Amino acid sequence: MRNLLFFLYKYYTFLLFFSLELFSLIILYQYNTYQRASFLNTTGAIAASFYEKVNNTTSYFSLRRINDSLLTENARLRTLQLNAYYQNGFTLSTLNDTNYKQQYSYISANVVNNSVIRRNNYITIDKGRLHGIEPNMGVISSNGVVGIVTAVSEHFSTIRSALNKDTKISAMLKKNGAFGSLEWKGDNPKYTNLVDVNKHVQVKVGDEVITNNFSTIFPVGIPVGVISEQSLDAGDNFHTLKVELYTDFSTLRNVYVIRNKFRDEQVELERQVKGDH
Amino acid sequence: MIIELLTYLGRFILLLLLQLLVIKNIELSTFINPYIYPLFILTLPVSTKPWQVVLISFITGFIVDSFYIPFGLHMAATTFMGYLRIFYLKFAANKEDFDAKLAPNLSRKGPVWFVLYCLVLIFAHHTVLFYLEVYSFSEFFRTFSRVFASSIASVALITLGQVLFYKAAQRK
Repeated sequence: MRNLLFFLYKYYTFLLFFSLELFSLIILYQYNTYQRASFLNTTGAIAASFYEKVNNTTSYFSLRRINDSLLTENARLRTLQLNAYYQNGFTLSTLNDTNYKQQYSYISANVVNNSVIRRNNYITIDKGRLHGIEPNMGVISSNGVVGIVTAVSEHFSTIRSALNKDTKISAMLKKNGAFGSLEWKGDNPKYTNLVDVNKHVQVKVGDEVITNNFSTIFPVGIPVGVISEQSLDAGDNFHTLKVELYTDFSTLRNVYVIRNKFRDEQVELERQVKGDH
Repeated sequence: MIIELLTYLGRFILLLLLQLLVIKNIELSTFINPYIYPLFILTLPVSTKPWQVVLISFITGFIVDSFYIPFGLHMAATTFMGYLRIFYLKFAANKEDFDAKLAPNLSRKGPVWFVLYCLVLIFAHHTVLFYLEVYSFSEFFRTFSRVFASSIASVALITLGQVLFYKAAQRK
């Protein structure tokens, strides 16, 4: 007992250091494994409201650029509208159409905190649970894919951006539907890599990459980027593909969160199938 | 005593704001990722008790962590650096420094001593920070070059700040 007390007395600095370091590592491990723990969300919310205040001031400097990108997007959407098409038929009739049912809805949000140069980048937005955002929803900008929601508090959400080691987004080539997975290697925020594309597929520089519908996160056809480099090593089964991203992460201001109304149904069905084995 | 405490608190807030509002937004390259807030731990008086240094480092890391994702990175890195500082100073600071309750800075200890002191401890801090962020050794050399480049950038920024502030203070 006396020895123990002596030991504690002699090494109390080390013991303090050891326990605090262990505490930090456990917190970090929990964050990396479960992505959310209740008290982390509160501290996250304090920081988010700090960044929101900063952002309220700095966003004025980029208003012109934001307006331009929104105008471009509006113009593109207007050309898709029904009244932009010339009626080529002879008869005009209205039908009560039950063929279509809305599957995806979009929630707009502003970026309050963002980084592009860390190994694992996260984005914070100013919409949260109150606005209907839930973890594992997809996030896009007006140009293309941005990331996936990981944690949600009342008024804010954090997004694991595509520039993150742990973000794996299912994607395919637009021209032939050959699929792969997006992985960021951590060197340049303008480019990412498309991996696991089989070598028998023809791939050229300039081919467009879009999302596919393997996951419940993104609707099919959201643009990702274009292939900027292609190589195939001898004896390798997969192409090495570098993709230039459409989304400019360093100037990201406005994003849309995608709500998939059929997600629960699909997840439930897939879970049942897995349970059978 | 109170004034001294307030000075340190003010310095901490200043460093934190500089880090979050200015340095965080300089996004030069994925390899250069400087952090200057460890300067707060580096400039604590030499005579600060070891357990106090460790505890202050931990609290500093905790506060910085609330502004970054994931939580825990800065806590682990800064606590480690604070603990290492105790040994570095045992070896590098002399008895007069301890008696004078010297707070290490560029003008008191000279450029060579100060830059080396920063370099060793910032390098340790960045090593823990960047490797924990990647969370694996699979990109060992790439992460090492990030640690190396970022440490140089951090120390350069800290030294620049010291030259600007303390040279101005000396002239008065």
